[in-house]
Amino acid sequence: MARVVVDVMLKPEILDPQGQAVQRALPRLGFDGIADVRQGKRFELEVQGPVDEAALARIHEMAETFLANTVIEDFVVKVES
Amino acid sequence: MTTRIGVVTFPGTLDDRDSLRAVRIAGAEPVSLWHRDKDIKQVDAVVLAGGFSYGDYLRAGAISRFSPVMETVIEQAKGGMPVLGICNGFQILTETHLLPGAMLRNNHLHFICRDQKLRVENAGTAWTADYDAGQEISVPLKNIDGRYVAAESVLDELEAEGRVAFRYLDGNPNGSLRDIAGITNAAGNVVGLMPHPEHAVEPLIGTGRTDGLGFFTSILKKLVSA
Repeated sequence: MARVVVDVMLKPEILDPQGQAVQRALPRLGFDGIADVRQGKRFELEVQGPVDEAALARIHEMAETFLANTVIEDFVVKVES
Repeated sequence: MTTRIGVVTFPGTLDDRDSLRAVRIAGAEPVSLWHRDKDIKQVDAVVLAGGFSYGDYLRAGAISRFSPVMETVIEQAKGGMPVLGICNGFQILTETHLLPGAMLRNNHLHFICRDQKLRVENAGTAWTADYDAGQEISVPLKNIDGRYVAAESVLDELEAEGRVAFRYLDGNPNGSLRDIAGITNAAGNVVGLMPHPEHAVEPLIGTGRTDGLGFFTSILKKLVSA
């Protein structure tokens, strides 16, 4: 089965307090040099059948209507080989 | 004829009982609605109550939006049926795009539960007619995903059209842009807010005040006079 990955990230202009909390914890744990952290979601879809243009169009529609809220989030669809 | 106001129960809804109770105290007939039924039993208005529908999985309100009951609610809301979304209900209304913007995790990342002072900015909606514009009320607030966000252009439009229905007073509890606690659609029939008027309808409990009762008496008057 082919895997398609949908990455969902908050839009750059949207404040991400969870990412900020992670970033602030890093120096305390000895991980220096990280200027910024943004936290997002990753969906791994195991696709039945061929990952053709039609299948990708459906996944795109799925991401746009459900997996991401495009008022606040951007998404990227990637096919994993 | 009695005015019938429906309250939807999703898996994970918490405040449906209090909402039904508030409807009854206001003098209307409360009607329980179930998330899997498209049939909304010919109610005159619908309340989407607070809680964590579908565990808030994915995003708050994201899964509820696609439930059978919402198909009917969305369709009828577009036709003018009054809908009030409280807390999780507000989140559902933004996910359906009946109201603009979106709700995100509180900027301080903590769950808050406290009495919250609000200013009623728009007393012309179906759910706020019993208040005066500018009136200050205090009702409970309890949530973790309460930060209202929208594009600057959308916020400007909301302000210009008087569609910011409620604003937080005495400190912004969650980082909501422009201190917005609740908004209305352009027609004034769909209203959403994070704080909980249904928990402030009897002097004995909650804030000790009945500041939230006006939501339910407003809608009753509107429906009776319609």
